[in-house]
Amino acid sequence: MLTHVFAALLVLTVIGFFIGRRRALASVNGQAYRLHSRPAYHASFVAAWVGIPASLLILTWIALQGPLLDRIVMATLPPSFVMEKTAGELSLVLSQIKSVAGGTAFGNPDPLILESGDRLRNWREIAQLSMFVSAIVLAMLGAVIAQSRISPEFRARQAVERILDGLMIACAVVAILTTLGIVLSLLLEAIRFFRWVSPLEFLLGLNWEPQIAMRADQASAGGAFGAIPVFLGTFLIALIAMAVAIPIGLLSAIYLTEYASNRFRAVIKPMLEILAGIPTVVYGFFAVLVVAPALRTFGEAVGIPIAPNSALAAGAVMGIMIIPFISSLSDDAINAVPRSMRDGSLALGATKGETIIRVLLPAALPGIMGGILLAVSRAIGETMIVVMAAGIIASLTLNPLQPVTTVTVQIVTLLIGDTEFDNPKTLAAFALGLMLFLSTLVLNIIAMRIVQRYREQYE
Amino acid sequence: MSDVSTPSAATPAAQTGHWYSVAQQKRLKRRYAADRRLRYLGLGAIGLAIGLLGMLIVSLVYTGHLAFAQTRVELEFYVDPALVKADDIRAGNFRAIARQALFTQFPEVTSRREQTQLAKLLSPGAEWIVRDYVAAHPELIGKSFKMLVPVSDPYDQLQKGLMSRDMPESQRRLSDQAIGWFDKLKKAGLVHTTFAYELFANADSRFPELAGLAGAIAGSFLTLLVCLVLSFPFGIAAAVYLEEFAPKNRLTALIEVNINNLAAVPSIVFGLLGLAVFLGFFGLPRSAPLVGGMVLALMTLPTIIIATRATLKSVPPSIREAALGIGASKHQVILHHVLPLAMPGIMTATIIGLAQALGETAPLLLIGMNAFIPSLDSVGLLEPATALPTQIYSWADSPERGFVTRTSAAILVLLGFLVVMNTAAIYLRQKFERKWS
Repeated sequence: MLTHVFAALLVLTVIGFFIGRRRALASVNGQAYRLHSRPAYHASFVAAWVGIPASLLILTWIALQGPLLDRIVMATLPPSFVMEKTAGELSLVLSQIKSVAGGTAFGNPDPLILESGDRLRNWREIAQLSMFVSAIVLAMLGAVIAQSRISPEFRARQAVERILDGLMIACAVVAILTTLGIVLSLLLEAIRFFRWVSPLEFLLGLNWEPQIAMRADQASAGGAFGAIPVFLGTFLIALIAMAVAIPIGLLSAIYLTEYASNRFRAVIKPMLEILAGIPTVVYGFFAVLVVAPALRTFGEAVGIPIAPNSALAAGAVMGIMIIPFISSLSDDAINAVPRSMRDGSLALGATKGETIIRVLLPAALPGIMGGILLAVSRAIGETMIVVMAAGIIASLTLNPLQPVTTVTVQIVTLLIGDTEFDNPKTLAAFALGLMLFLSTLVLNIIAMRIVQRYREQYE
Repeated sequence: MSDVSTPSAATPAAQTGHWYSVAQQKRLKRRYAADRRLRYLGLGAIGLAIGLLGMLIVSLVYTGHLAFAQTRVELEFYVDPALVKADDIRAGNFRAIARQALFTQFPEVTSRREQTQLAKLLSPGAEWIVRDYVAAHPELIGKSFKMLVPVSDPYDQLQKGLMSRDMPESQRRLSDQAIGWFDKLKKAGLVHTTFAYELFANADSRFPELAGLAGAIAGSFLTLLVCLVLSFPFGIAAAVYLEEFAPKNRLTALIEVNINNLAAVPSIVFGLLGLAVFLGFFGLPRSAPLVGGMVLALMTLPTIIIATRATLKSVPPSIREAALGIGASKHQVILHHVLPLAMPGIMTATIIGLAQALGETAPLLLIGMNAFIPSLDSVGLLEPATALPTQIYSWADSPERGFVTRTSAAILVLLGFLVVMNTAAIYLRQKFERKWS
C-alpha cells in the first residue's frame, strides 16, 4: 500500500514537472528568453508543490495512524472489561487485538478481542484508503495552485531556492531532533522506572538483581535495583582497557611522530587504523575464543584461578580496540606542538627523547588528555565486547580476575526478547541508558573543550 | 664555558664539569641510553599492537577456514515408489530413503537401536537435499541415483581433525563404534570434502553444517540500503546548509555542537532510541530492516555531515567566485560547481560511514534483529531479518562446537565485505580526488 502511494506520488511529481515546463513555455509562446527564470525552475516549482506537501501528509499520517487507532480501539472496549485489568494486562490485550487484526492470532482469544481485532482491521483499511485519497487530492491541489502562479514575470528561481533552503534546514534540524528524541525517550522511560524504584535506591543501592523483579509484587520490596555494582564493573573494565591502551597508544604515537621514517609511518599508520575499523562483535568473539582461554591457562599454570569471563579478558580486548583511538589523537596533539618549541629544545642539546618527555609531552598534554577522555567515554559505551566476554551477574568487586558486569551488558540482557514497557525490568534498561548517555555526554563535552582550547593556544 | 673552548692541561678526569670528563661521558651515555630506551619502547608498542592485530586475524583464519569445507558422503539413493508419490513428491518419506541408503552400506547393523545411532551420521539436511533433487527430477521415482550429502557436525569435526581420536570414549561426542562406521565409509572411498556452498546459500539453521549466511547477507544489504537512502541525501543537505548557507546564529551553533556530540554518543543509545521511538511510539515492526536502517542512518548522519563539510571546505574559493562572477546565483554555484567537485570526497565518506554501519551490532540487537530465521522465503523491508554482525553474535552464543568455526567463517565474510568497501573508498579517493594547489 505504502509503496503504491509513494509510486503514485512520484509519477504525479514527474507529471507536475512537465506540466510546469509546458505552462511556462506556453505563457511566452515558446520564447524561453522572455521568462524571468529558466523553464526548468518553473517546472521544479510545480513539482515541489505536488510532491512535498503530499509526502509530508503521508509521513505524519503513518506516524499518527498506529497510536491513534490503538487508542480508539481500546476506548471501544466495554468499561467493565477494562476496569478489572492492570496496565500490563491491557497492553497484552492490545497486542492480542493487533495480532488478530494482522491475521496471526494464536490459540482461542476472547470473543471480545476477536471482535475488536476485526474492527481494528476495518479501520486500518479505511485509514489507508483515506490516506491514499487525501494524498492524491493534496498533490492535485498543489499542482493547481502552483500552476496558477506561472507567468513570464514569476520569479520561479527564487521560489525554488527558498524551497531548497527550507529542505536543507529541515535536514540540518534532524540532528537536533535526534538528540531530542534520545533525551526524551530515555528521560520519559527512566521517569516511569523511578516511579517503581526510587532514584536514591537506584544510584546508591548495592544490590543489582533485576531478574527477580519479574514478579510484580517484588519490584519495590526486593531492593534489586541498586546500580552501584554495575557502575563499579563498568569502571573496572574501562580502567583495565585504559591501562592497556594508554601506554601502547601513547608510545606508538611518540615513535610514529618523532622517530619513524616517513616510509615506516606510511605503512604502519594505516595498519593501526585497521584495528579501529574491525567491528566490535569481532573483538568480542576474539576475547571469547583466544584471550579468555589463554588467560585461564596462564592462571592455571601460575596457580591463580581466573574466571572464564573475567573483567581482565574483556578489558584487555577493549584496550586493544582503543589503541588506535589514543594513538591517532595523541599523534595529532604532538604534531600540533609548534615546530619552534621542538627546535629550541634540540638546539639546546637535548636528545630527542628528552625533547619528547620534557617539552613535547607537557605541551601536548591537554590534547592527549582530551583524547584519553574521549577514549574513556568510548570504553564506557562499548557494548559487544563486554556482552560477549564479560559477566551478567553484578558483583561488588574490584578484582580483575572475577567476572563483573557493565551498564551496556545490563541494557542488552534486560531488553533482548522483551519489549513490553510496563515492568521495572525493561524500564531499568532505560534508566541505565540515561546514566550512560549523561556520563558520555559530560566526558565528551569536557574533552572537546580541552582539545578546542588547546588548539586555539597554538594557532 | 671556558671548559670547552680552552681545554686545560690538567687531566680531564679531575674536572667533573669538563665535557670530556669521565662523569660527563657517563652522563652523556646515560642520556643517549634513555633516548634509545624510549625509541625501543615505542617500537615495541607498535610491534605489540600490530602483533595483536596479526593474532586476531590469524586466529580467525585458523578456526574459520575449516567452515568453508564440508564433509560429505556419497550414497546411492533408491527412490522407492512406495514412499514417494509422483503427484506430491515433497510429502514423500525421504527420511526413510536417506536412512535406507546409509543402511545398505552397513548390512551388519541390524538392531533398531544401532540403526538409530547410525542414522545420526547423516545431517538432517541430507533428506531435504534428496527431496529437492527428486522434486526437480520426478523421473527418478522408482530408480536409484548417487549423490553427495553432508554428514552431521560431529563426523564433520572428526574428518577435519577437530575431534581427537585419542580422547577417552566417554569424553568424545562419538563412540568408538560410530568412528568405526565412519572409517568404513572412508575406506570405501565414499567420504569427500568439498566446498561448503551451504555457508552462502542457506539461511540460518539449528544444525551447524546447514547454517548459512544468505539470510544475514540479505538482511544486512536491505538495512544498509535504507541507511544509504536516508543518510546520503539528508547528510549532504545538512552539510551544505551548515557550510554554505547557515547564518552564524545560536541555532546553527546549537546544531553544530549537536552533530559533534552525536558522533560520540555510544551506539547502544541509538538502539534505545530506536526501541522507544520507532518500535514503541510509531509501532513499526520488530526485527525489520527498515527500522535497523533508520537507526543506523541516524548514527551515520554525523559522520557523513562532518566529512562532507570538510570536503566542501577544500573546494577553493576561486571556483565559487568565478561562478558568481558570471552571474550564477549562490544556489547555482553550489549545485552546479561546488557539489560536483566535492562528490568524490562525499562518496568516500559515505562508503566509510556505511562500512562502519555494516559492523554495528548493539543497536540492531536492541530492535530485535537477532531473530532466528531459518528460511529465505520472506525477505522484505518490514519482514523480520538478521544482519551479518547479529548473526555472528547469535552463532557465537550457540553451544554446538560446529558453530565456533561457523562464527569465525562468518567474521571472515564480514571482514571481506569491509575490506571491499574500504578499498572502494580508497580507490575513489585516489582516482577522483583533486589537489587544489
